Amino acid sequence: MTNLDPALRDEIIAAIPNLRAFAISLSGSVDRADDLVQETLLRAFANIGSFRPGTNLPAWLFTILRNLFRSEYRKRRREVPDSDGNFAATLTSNPDQNTHLDFEDFRTALDKLPSDQREALILVGASGFSYEEAADICQCAVGTIKSRVNRARRRLGELLAIEDVEDFGPDKTTRAVLAAG
Amino acid sequence: MSGKKTMNDEQSGGGTASADTLMNTHLPNSHDSGLGSEIQAKIGQHLRAMYDDVVRQGVPDRFMDLLAQLDAKGPKSSESGDK
Repeated sequence: MTNLDPALRDEIIAAIPNLRAFAISLSGSVDRADDLVQETLLRAFANIGSFRPGTNLPAWLFTILRNLFRSEYRKRRREVPDSDGNFAATLTSNPDQNTHLDFEDFRTALDKLPSDQREALILVGASGFSYEEAADICQCAVGTIKSRVNRARRRLGELLAIEDVEDFGPDKTTRAVLAAG
Repeated sequence: MSGKKTMNDEQSGGGTASADTLMNTHLPNSHDSGLGSEIQAKIGQHLRAMYDDVVRQGVPDRFMDLLAQLDAKGPKSSESGDK
């Protein structure tokens, strides 16, 4: 193989926005997410020969990214998400969403989930992968993915129900920081 | 948001609900998880809204530049010797 098939290249490009969204949800930081995506692309190009044409390219790329994140995670642990680089800060606008506060509550709750639950929920609930595809990406059984997604949803529901009542959670700090910046 | 859905989580299934919901749960209809479907719908919405907001940002220039570099180099040469 001398050159990358243009169709394959286009498919890789098409997957980049989704890879970024997944990476941001894993790492909690836009900068780290973009580094992860970059490293993923380098690995993908270097190992393109091991991709079997006709199989699921996005799932293959997501698997690379997840493995990179996992090995890096073991080294550095997850840093406290800073308000410059976190998910909420990436929101350009959300005019049709209820309120910004809702979003921050949600993001705070999402950050409290164990990472295996968070990634399962994102893959199935946002990236649009099937349980089977998500299981492939996470290299675990389909039943494991299902139970992680269920636990994630239940835990989020609990957290959001609580924050509904308290009305001001840990978010107060976040908003203060955002307002100050 | 209303505060009326506070009590429906703890007293719903005692934690045993997961065994049967495991096999046939889909994200959209979540009433079987024992949590308010209203809040579960909200979770789904927020999740996708957050995610899609990033997706809509498209492909940042740095990645198009990177791909151009990789193209120029060709897949056979050393893979990460940039800079």
